[in-house]
Amino acid sequence: MKLELVDAKKWITLFVEKLESNQTILNELDTAIGDGDHGTNMKRGAEAVTAALEKKEPETLADLYKTTAFAMIQKVGGASGPLYGTAFLDMSKAVKNDDLELSDLIQIGTDGLKRRGESDTGMKTMIDVWQPVSDALKADKFDQSVIDAALENVKGLVATKGRASYLEEKSKGHIDPGAQSSAYLFESLIEVLGE
Amino acid sequence: MKYGILIVSHSANIAKGVKDLIAQAAPNLSITIAGGTEDGGIGSSLEKIQQAVDDNKGDEILAFYDLGSSKMNLEMLLEMIDRTIHKYDVALVEGAYTAATLAEVDSPLTTIEDNLKSLKIK
Repeated sequence: MKLELVDAKKWITLFVEKLESNQTILNELDTAIGDGDHGTNMKRGAEAVTAALEKKEPETLADLYKTTAFAMIQKVGGASGPLYGTAFLDMSKAVKNDDLELSDLIQIGTDGLKRRGESDTGMKTMIDVWQPVSDALKADKFDQSVIDAALENVKGLVATKGRASYLEEKSKGHIDPGAQSSAYLFESLIEVLGE
Repeated sequence: MKYGILIVSHSANIAKGVKDLIAQAAPNLSITIAGGTEDGGIGSSLEKIQQAVDDNKGDEILAFYDLGSSKMNLEMLLEMIDRTIHKYDVALVEGAYTAATLAEVDSPLTTIEDNLKSLKIK
């Protein structure tokens, strides 16, 4: 399965809408185990993505992901800027290969997160959503239940990476804000794929 | 000058403060800074880092940072540009001060890095 440009644009647009409408939820999640600004940061990134896409309509998938990456990198401000930015930048480079499957695309984004964050699954980060989604796409079993299960798993983890790791055991029982914004990304993808 | 110093901090005031401090010990070095976000808030800005790299007059740059996203933005920039930048995972103030003092008297990189080893904290 591949994602064509028109659907990929819908995907990003839906993601941006979810970031804007869920700013408060993301801030609240971040207040519990971080510095409370993930929602504000991602909303700023979302607005930058919208502005960049309106300014210049992307003509290729690579353009679309690159524009998304740069808006995030330049405007988010927190750690999620370089993280989302790296994921989309790596995806933008990889998608120049026409044969790239959607599952490979998401795995490449996931690998970008692992490289930039020097982290892996099980550390209570956005990777704990990206990797299961990538695995499910490879197995052709991607639906909302995958995201729900990933968030439930994240909730029970003790953070060992990022600011939440300072809280040690106390980070347990909370959803990581980056995992939640990643869930919005992939819920947007489900909406596009479901059409 | 062989080496320039780059300071990346989440706070504009920290970046400026570190520069003020080390400039006193190394008045001839090119020291450029990227502090805070574009709108003056706390955070890290790739554009500011890019600008500070562009403005740096060293042949090679010795880079120091404070927190996680400063580091990630710095690493992201390293992947995007051709200049030689050495990034050190050391205490920001002490590390930058040590490197600046040694670079000011034209110490070789091996000497600078030997002295930074004990300051590694991340």
